[in-house]
Amino acid sequence: MSARITFSTTKRVLLQLRHDRRTVAMVLGVPLVLITLVYYLFENQFGIFDRLGLIMLGLFPFIIMFIITSVAMLRERTTGTLERLLTTPLHKADLLFGYGLAFAIVASIQALASSALAYLALNLRTAGSFALVLLIAVCDAVLGMALGLFFSAFARTEFQAVQFMPAIVMPQLLLCGLFVPRSGMAGWMQGVSDAMPLTYAVDALQQLGSHTSAGVLVWRDLGIIAGSAVVAVALAAATLQRHTA
Amino acid sequence: MPSAVDIRDLVVVRSRQTVLAGVTARIQASMVTGLLGPSGSGKTTLLRAIVGAQQVRSGGVTVLGHPAGAPTTRHRIGYVTQAPSIYSDLTVRENVRYFASLFDGVRAEDADAAVTRVGLAGLADRLVSKLSGGQRSRVSLACALVSGPELLVLDEPTVGQDPLLREELWQHFHDLAGGGCDRLILIRQGVVVAEGTPDEVREQAGTHDLSEAFVSLIRSQLARLGHKEVA
Repeated sequence: MSARITFSTTKRVLLQLRHDRRTVAMVLGVPLVLITLVYYLFENQFGIFDRLGLIMLGLFPFIIMFIITSVAMLRERTTGTLERLLTTPLHKADLLFGYGLAFAIVASIQALASSALAYLALNLRTAGSFALVLLIAVCDAVLGMALGLFFSAFARTEFQAVQFMPAIVMPQLLLCGLFVPRSGMAGWMQGVSDAMPLTYAVDALQQLGSHTSAGVLVWRDLGIIAGSAVVAVALAAATLQRHTA
Repeated sequence: MPSAVDIRDLVVVRSRQTVLAGVTARIQASMVTGLLGPSGSGKTTLLRAIVGAQQVRSGGVTVLGHPAGAPTTRHRIGYVTQAPSIYSDLTVRENVRYFASLFDGVRAEDADAAVTRVGLAGLADRLVSKLSGGQRSRVSLACALVSGPELLVLDEPTVGQDPLLREELWQHFHDLAGGGCDRLILIRQGVVVAEGTPDEVREQAGTHDLSEAFVSLIRSQLARLGHKEVA
């Protein structure tokens, strides 16, 4: 692994994004519009936006980075650039960390913009600090990206890659405790929910909504999110084969 | 002459089909060696085996003294795939600079020189998605030339180029090889049919035209094998 190659890969991925202004505008703009929409939806119901808006700050980075990464990685595979890169001195880890760093930067900017809007303009109130919310949002983005890197290996076309969004993200959204409290779920559903990394992302944000300081639970959640991301990246590395049939 | 590539009894099977059925060939250093064969004969598969991207069933390939794809040789070879494998959402210059950055000691100036070398200096800041097919192939070529590789593996590098430019590029490949004479390897259905200088190949076939030579060599091979199939 080489820092030079990792950073130049990060730079390359960011340059690709820079040439795609529409994608950048949507990545940054769509969450702002949706958060604003939710704010007005619950304008007259006290306390709902404080709960929902906070969770949205963590979900957007996760979902958007999942889609962008899986499509970007699929393109590397289908256009032959991946095969070519693997015949050069580039190491698999250079590519994965290069992508990771690039999208973590984008996710941080997005999370910063969404949080600024929510806290400053829409008066989001949370017991925990803004900085911790931001940290969790960025970790969620890294997790989404790691899962995207891995699941892109199972898609042959961009159509299939986009279908992984409902297949992988929706079950996690439904079972994470956002719609129905986890304590109200059937036992087997709780078990499935326990095994899904997004559950911990939502739990961490809920903790920050009601507690002033980051308790043990928040750090446990962050540890699980980071651990899941590491496992997904390791699995993704295993799908990058130098020799193919 | 030292050999740059040594292929021994190479067998490649892809989705239960034998693509290479025991290819043995040597590619000498300081020479331009052409690999000829009809479409589907296994040319691309053989080139992928040389750069270490192909899973092989048996046999082996030695490149610059090491097994194909060995980490120690990755900075010494350049590979241009048949379909241009470059980033269409980057400019010409950004593409070549990125590939330059993967190699130790290759600088941004080298990238700009490679862009000029393939005749795209005037389009250096244009997005690849806005280029013609022939221009894209040249960007792909520049990405391989930029590291100054000892072994350049080109899969149909001049298809779709205008005749003048094609002539120029081949002259450049010969200059890179140090002016050694050409050699040819003819393959068909995963088997080497003939190997040698163009003159030797013509002589084996008893004709002056290379494509005629190809047909006649295949016919005689089929006759030897007792096939009834017509080439």
